[in-house]
Amino acid sequence: MGETVIRAVDGVTLEVRAGEFVALLGSSGSGKSSVLNLIAGLDRPTSGSVIVHDRNLAQLSRAELAGYRLHTVGMVFQSFNLIASMTLAENVELPMRFAEIDRGKRGSLMREALARVGLQARMNHRPSELSGGEQQRAALARALINRPQLLLADEPTGNLDSRTGTEIMNMVREFNQQLGMTVVMVTHERALAERYAQRLIFLADGMLVGDEANSAVVESTEVEAKRS
Amino acid sequence: MKLPDLAELALRNLRESLLRNSLTTIGISVGVASLVAMLSLGIGLQQLASRRLMKSGLFDTVVVTSRRDLRNFNREDERNGPAPGESRVLDEPTRQEIEHLPNVLEAYPDIRFITELRYDDKPHLTMVAALPASAKSSDAFDGVQGHFFSSENAPEVIVQKVFAEELLGKTPKAGLDETNVAELAAPLLGKELIMRYAQREPAQAVPATADSDLPVPADQSLAGAAYSVASREMKLKIVGVADLDPESMRGPTRARVFLPLRLAESLHVMQPTDLREISRAARDQPVYSSISVRVKNAAQIRAIEDAIKKMGFNAFSILDATRSLQQFFAVLDLFLGIFGSLALAVASIGIVNTLVMAILERRREIGIMKAIGASDSDIKRLFFTEAGAMGILGGIVGVALGWAIGQVINLGTNIYLKRQSLPPEHFWTVPWWLVGAAILFAFIVSLLSGLYPAGRAARLDPVQALRYE
Repeated sequence: MGETVIRAVDGVTLEVRAGEFVALLGSSGSGKSSVLNLIAGLDRPTSGSVIVHDRNLAQLSRAELAGYRLHTVGMVFQSFNLIASMTLAENVELPMRFAEIDRGKRGSLMREALARVGLQARMNHRPSELSGGEQQRAALARALINRPQLLLADEPTGNLDSRTGTEIMNMVREFNQQLGMTVVMVTHERALAERYAQRLIFLADGMLVGDEANSAVVESTEVEAKRS
Repeated sequence: MKLPDLAELALRNLRESLLRNSLTTIGISVGVASLVAMLSLGIGLQQLASRRLMKSGLFDTVVVTSRRDLRNFNREDERNGPAPGESRVLDEPTRQEIEHLPNVLEAYPDIRFITELRYDDKPHLTMVAALPASAKSSDAFDGVQGHFFSSENAPEVIVQKVFAEELLGKTPKAGLDETNVAELAAPLLGKELIMRYAQREPAQAVPATADSDLPVPADQSLAGAAYSVASREMKLKIVGVADLDPESMRGPTRARVFLPLRLAESLHVMQPTDLREISRAARDQPVYSSISVRVKNAAQIRAIEDAIKKMGFNAFSILDATRSLQQFFAVLDLFLGIFGSLALAVASIGIVNTLVMAILERRREIGIMKAIGASDSDIKRLFFTEAGAMGILGGIVGVALGWAIGQVINLGTNIYLKRQSLPPEHFWTVPWWLVGAAILFAFIVSLLSGLYPAGRAARLDPVQALRYE
């Protein structure tokens, strides 16, 4: 009796340009979250490579991967993943503690990030005292705090109603357009992806089955860029 | 992550599971308290024993014997210095030489002899020793009933309470050392003792070896060595009864009756050395069996002992005797420490349990921390800090608890002693070094207990941890 090997992601070759907003689409078990975890440096491929900013994540040590997650990547999750025992302020401040940012600077950076997502007034509340939308906004503030170049979102609106979901997605788009952050979002909602992502990548059974540009969003982004 | 951040996060985590962490910390406290209680009892007993020795008044005294005296205190000394047969004798010029050493207060001959004392027409055989006037200020005579000798030549004696009991025909009760001295002294003070002793007299006073078969030696160097021994009697007045044993270090040669030094010198009592030295040199002057040297303070004992040894004599002080005592207490402390540590070992298992539980509970939190950039070492150090914080807190509370237990036992023991009409004693001592060492020990034990949980938390796979609900 041997172990059964399941290939979550198999032979996927994918290139994402800096500043791009990409949606990974697929049904449950298609491997989209696994691809996201590989890009986030939370998981390692058994073979192949994941190259971000000329560095192959597959070859980095555990400590180097932690540094990569701390400085290069910001993550938001479907279930928000805020630490329940901490206030919003403490949650947002946490990555700065790991990055050993001066205590004096941390307060103002934390307030600035919470103000950007409209939660400055709720900074001393614990996650359980907030709505789902507010929790996801706090998670966005935490993802932004160390100014990463890459925002990875795993079903960010999965636990939200459509109005709150739209609010969150507008913020993600804003970060993509105003801060120039590359966004890779995992979702199973095609409509949501078509509304925000410049490129749609389809996965099924761990394999890449489609990669198409979302011309409507690309054009509106170009118009937006020209205006600004 | 920097230390202040680690400490802050660790403390907030400990506050989150307040009851469980408090119980674990109490476990450590009990462990530390038992360790502190055991060790402070050992230290307290050691200090009590040292205080007793100090009170004996001999802590500032070096006893000098000739290397010719093969019954010396320390046989090891025979290996260093001149051979016994070739070494110097202890006589008056030597005594003066020793007295002129720096930091020496006085050096007086040790006159002691076994003799018969009659009281109420009953003979009592005991060791008699001479005391200098300076002995009056010795702590050993603090509890003396009556008074010290009125002068250095007065025909007076001070008796030790054991001998006082013998004179009164009382047998000391087994196991109860603290007999009431005042009761013993009342019928004895002012009474007379008759001492019989052997006096050494110049040869001229006695008909020379008339009945001896041996011819007078032709060696002129022995000419003056001839002397005779005469039996004498002297009436002595009991002026004091001493509570403590001022000669406890002397073991079997300790005296029970004390005479003033000048009086004892004037009696020319036959000493064992007189017989030994007659075969070597002719002397009118007596040769002392030993000389007691009093130094200005106990710290200089070692230097003076060395200086006397360099002169070619044997030197012995109570410090030598306490060395084996210290060794005994070191072993006692070690065993008490091991027993005390057992409770701390049990407490350390509690720490492991608490932290392993914390990992299970905080699995998701650890996953989140890793996802947002915490390294393995951040997580490891966080758990270490939590373990260390419990250790320090438990250590501090434990030391306080151990001290409190000591105080209660001290109080209880002293109430018991008071009821037995015994003086209070301080059995329990918690020195500052023990406070520091106990807290440090608790901290180290806690860190060691944190090794496994911290390593396990650090190795947690973030993807698995984030899936955990």
